[in-house]
Amino acid sequence: MFAFCADPASLEGYSWLICYLTTGKHLDFYWSFVTVLTLLAVTAPTALAFGFGGAMAARSPLLPLRLLGQIYTGMVRGIPDIVFFLFFVIALDQGIEWLVHQLRCPEWTDPIRNGLEFRVCPEAKVPNNSAPQVWHSLYGFALAVVTFALVFGAFAANVLFGAMQAVPRAQLETAEAYGMSPRQVFRRVLVPQMWVYALPGLSNLWMILIKATPLLFLLGVQDIVYWARELGGSKTSAYDYPHPDWRLYYFLGLLVFYLLMTKMSERVLARVQTRLSHGQATASGEAQRRAEA
Amino acid sequence: MSCMEIIADYGLRSLGIGERLLPRSDFTLCHQFTLIGSGLIWNIYFGFLALVFGFFAANAIALAKSARSPWARKPAEWFIFVFRGSPLFIQFFLAYEALVLLPRAGFEIPLGFITVTLETSWLSKAWAGALIVLFLNTAAYSAEIFYGALRSIPKGDLEAADAYGLTGWAKFRRVQWPTMLRLAWPAYTNEAIFLFHATTLVFFSGFPAFRQQGDALYYASYFVDKTFNPFVPYPIVAFYFILLTLALIGLFGIINKRLNRHLPSNARAKFKLRPQIIR
Repeated sequence: MFAFCADPASLEGYSWLICYLTTGKHLDFYWSFVTVLTLLAVTAPTALAFGFGGAMAARSPLLPLRLLGQIYTGMVRGIPDIVFFLFFVIALDQGIEWLVHQLRCPEWTDPIRNGLEFRVCPEAKVPNNSAPQVWHSLYGFALAVVTFALVFGAFAANVLFGAMQAVPRAQLETAEAYGMSPRQVFRRVLVPQMWVYALPGLSNLWMILIKATPLLFLLGVQDIVYWARELGGSKTSAYDYPHPDWRLYYFLGLLVFYLLMTKMSERVLARVQTRLSHGQATASGEAQRRAEA
Repeated sequence: MSCMEIIADYGLRSLGIGERLLPRSDFTLCHQFTLIGSGLIWNIYFGFLALVFGFFAANAIALAKSARSPWARKPAEWFIFVFRGSPLFIQFFLAYEALVLLPRAGFEIPLGFITVTLETSWLSKAWAGALIVLFLNTAAYSAEIFYGALRSIPKGDLEAADAYGLTGWAKFRRVQWPTMLRLAWPAYTNEAIFLFHATTLVFFSGFPAFRQQGDALYYASYFVDKTFNPFVPYPIVAFYFILLTLALIGLFGIINKRLNRHLPSNARAKFKLRPQIIR
């Protein structure tokens, strides 16, 4: 990266460290932090949307829809999340390939699930075998996002369902008394009111989501854990920058990164909670009113 | 091979008892149920021991956090923040890397006439290292729960204790501690359940599975790798964990009943499962 890094063997002290920390692989490592942040930025709204849908379905008057919503919200309760993560990714991957296979190779006669193998025709491979590496990485990342969104959507559905139930009945009855239709009651009264009840649960979920991002590593995405292991492992003198096993320091760095993330989120969420509580008939809303009066 | 033979061969495979090699082909449903169930022994081992040790540590840390002196309060706050604020996954990796750095030969402690060798190699094995991480982790989470409960003890209870002339240790043991446990119990039940779920992370965490003796998820992913079929092994793991969860709810429910036995039935704290998942 810098001109003086041309000959790593001659470097010493700080200049060695600067050059070491700006090698191509290290820049990839820094980019993987962006990957993690992107995952958070994409997954959080998607999961919220899934959760909203799930909670609405679980409240629906239609029985099949309600059952669907209840199963979706209920499935996360008894089963370790990590099982979901491993299961969903493979199931999704195979499901997509199976669908593409049905569309593109209708005359393929070999069984897809042949004993121990899952085999689809070469044209049905997603992404195609000849596709550049970038597409493979992007596809893996997209699968991870969908998995995260599905699992966290179920948690969010739980939280939102509880929050919708927590809105005081009297508020809804008042709205009905004003002649609003059920849809209007939902949109104008229930949804704006529920956030203050949902926020503690949702902020908890956000913290959990932050802490779930190392699972990307298990899903095969080259994330920060992958790079920390890769870069930290001991390098012999065959490498430009030989060093002993430094994985401990890399993981310490990751630990600090996560601690900073959670601390910052805590601060922000506390402010949002104060904002949302304003004028609400809850304990903290009442406390605010007293403080102003 | 009948199912009974398979159970005899593989039922305790995760402890190294029985057949040495894992099955390589012709996986029956019985194979999968047996091996994954055998791996579950490890999950129960980690969960149970971490929970038992963690309970005592959590009590101490919660007390330290509610102490007035900053010398006790600050370390407790930091401990809780570090373990609750970072992913368990990273904690596992970090602990593993730190524990393998310990000298393999152990420490030599000269005691004048005799030299004691402190073995350290066992620490980097999963059964000890992962257990330590899980123990510290659950201690932090439970301490936060207990701390919250300690702070929400009704004022009247404390005043009543004062009126009876109870002070110090007697007040703590007879009033504060039982009330704290009673208030914390529903949340602590959740913590226990999700600690058991978190044990599934162990064998993904850098601690190597010794001679293919892994936990439930280790065997499940072994089957998935071999058969490319996630639709059987993972639901089996899920099935086992649902059973485990139900057993835990039952067990903790009995304790909850005992903690609440002096209260009228409508004033008792009810357990509600709250997903808190990944740590």
